[in-house]
Amino acid sequence: MTSHASPRTLYDRLWGAHTVVRGDAGKDLIYIDRHLLHEVSTPQSFELLRDNGLVVRRPATQLAVPDHAVPTAERGGTIRGELARKQVALLEANCAEFGIEYLALEGQQQGIVHVISPEQGFTMPGISLVCGDSHTATHGAFGALAFGIGASECGTVMATQTLWQARNRNLRVHYAGTLQPHVTTKDMILALIGKIGAGGGIGHAMEFSGEAVASASMEARMTLCNMGIEAGSRVALVAPDDTTFTWLEGRPRAPQGAMWEKAVMYWRTLRSDDDAVFDRIVEMDAGAIAPQVTFGTSPDQVMPVDGLVPAGPARALEYMGVEAGRPLVGLGVDYAFIGSCTNSRIEDLRAAAQVIRGRRIAQGVTAMVVPGSTATKQQAEAEGLDRLFEQAGFAWHHAGCSLCVAMNGDVVPEGKRSISTSNRNFEGRQGAGARTHLASPAMVAAAAIAGHIVDVRKEFL
Amino acid sequence: MPGFIPFTANAFVLEEDDVDTDIIFPARFLLHTERQGLGRFAFRDRPALLDAYARAGKPPILLAGANFGCGSSREHAVWSLHGMGVAAIFAPSFGEIFRGNCANNGIVAGGMAAGTLARLQAMANAGHALSIDLAGQTVTCAAQAFPFTVPDSDREMLLAGWNTTTRILALHGKDIAAFETSQRATAPWLWTEEADA
Repeated sequence: MTSHASPRTLYDRLWGAHTVVRGDAGKDLIYIDRHLLHEVSTPQSFELLRDNGLVVRRPATQLAVPDHAVPTAERGGTIRGELARKQVALLEANCAEFGIEYLALEGQQQGIVHVISPEQGFTMPGISLVCGDSHTATHGAFGALAFGIGASECGTVMATQTLWQARNRNLRVHYAGTLQPHVTTKDMILALIGKIGAGGGIGHAMEFSGEAVASASMEARMTLCNMGIEAGSRVALVAPDDTTFTWLEGRPRAPQGAMWEKAVMYWRTLRSDDDAVFDRIVEMDAGAIAPQVTFGTSPDQVMPVDGLVPAGPARALEYMGVEAGRPLVGLGVDYAFIGSCTNSRIEDLRAAAQVIRGRRIAQGVTAMVVPGSTATKQQAEAEGLDRLFEQAGFAWHHAGCSLCVAMNGDVVPEGKRSISTSNRNFEGRQGAGARTHLASPAMVAAAAIAGHIVDVRKEFL
Repeated sequence: MPGFIPFTANAFVLEEDDVDTDIIFPARFLLHTERQGLGRFAFRDRPALLDAYARAGKPPILLAGANFGCGSSREHAVWSLHGMGVAAIFAPSFGEIFRGNCANNGIVAGGMAAGTLARLQAMANAGHALSIDLAGQTVTCAAQAFPFTVPDSDREMLLAGWNTTTRILALHGKDIAAFETSQRATAPWLWTEEADA
């Protein structure tokens, strides 16, 4: 190396490339290249613009889609719930007023923000991207500086294309070795959260590295980055590589032709220097990770499926109706949910479908698949997955957030037990009093068929 | 937003760690599109906690556990706390998005060492009032000082009551324009939709 510049991490590089003003009070003014909007976190952001007589600085960098409040059981008519109908209509009206592209609920491009943006090539390496949604680090899988913000900040971004942000410390999470069969990046991230805790990453930007990350597909990397926030990290990153570029090339909003070549040349520089200094390093042995299941009401209350429930906070164990010292395997489930911005992409649906193998879900289980986007749904249907799921007894839904946040009419009743591919097992997350166990798509499908929690690896002996 | 004014009041102790924004503001109420009047939804699924808070006289200060406000980015959590009268929260750590949202709504989210906080909680439980000095980053209670921290830039904003958005435009409009000119040259693929602009 002839450069005398001090070695930098990927995060430092992205930060430097977006710094407009170095602040003297602990924050820098950061330029925001792209902003995703959905119906829940933006009504008040547009109010902020109106209250201050402001316009949207670069409407072309904004993209809006309804996902959280939308019904998934049916589509095409008016939304039945009055509040949800008004909320979705408000997003459309606000976008029309401020000149922002709105992807209609009935359109081909609709879906969960964090699924459709990569699909469209709106997400790219090297950009800064924000959204009024905590799971925005999903886009870090492309080597983008992506993080969730509040509604006020969404307004600031629309008006100024910038945000004052504190620079995080650097945390490298290194996954050595390769995963066992039927273990996924969902299990990798849950195991990490269990190790460092729900607040373990506060103040840190995570970068994932190692063989198990390099060999992971883009879908799998998105799952990994998606849940960084469940360890307290707003930013989670994977350095872009040929897997990234191959996945993105030719997507509708990705650069084309000569622009593509120029962009890739830059994107190849987006990595941490070999001698970059991280404030903290966590080493994980990917080969030793078993399928993970949460037992409590925080994502860090997680265990290997073949283990015993550890002593945990009494309130959490009581809420979940589980006992320390007992296995989770064998615990009956009432609901099985495959979906959410964590695990609703085509590979997730394929992995779940692979477990079914002509069997039906157990009596008494309500099971549903909610694809992350309308495009994913159509792809799955082209592969015959919808019929496979329906023949097994799963309901096949339209795209949306659905039972991950349970504000669209899809809900788990009080006291019922759900196994879910989503990202949060918080009290009441899937409905007031509902009990949620987080797991991978294959684990959820296997539990739906058995009627209780099982070790998916034993399904394939 | 008016600037922060020092005040003295009682505090409510909420010792639990990892109180997430779903607990503070259950998701089913996210269909509401307004900012005002959301206090009635705060902690809706925690009736015992609400009862205790009411019995304590609904004080404007919360002494909370670690990682308070983790989880979802929903600013509704902050608007609902504001709506129920909360003006300051002290905890060993906060969910980062939640903490930023507090600053944008005039709520002090002060980080306090766990040991210091435990002593302050004991004083608050004994009925002592807390005096909050944001500029000096100190809570005074029964003549004892309890230091806390609010990031410098958040503290400046809270004390002055600035509007972040209009302030950025007023002070940094030229910086932003210069950045954009530079990025158009170095990363033109990010500007193809605005080629004629």
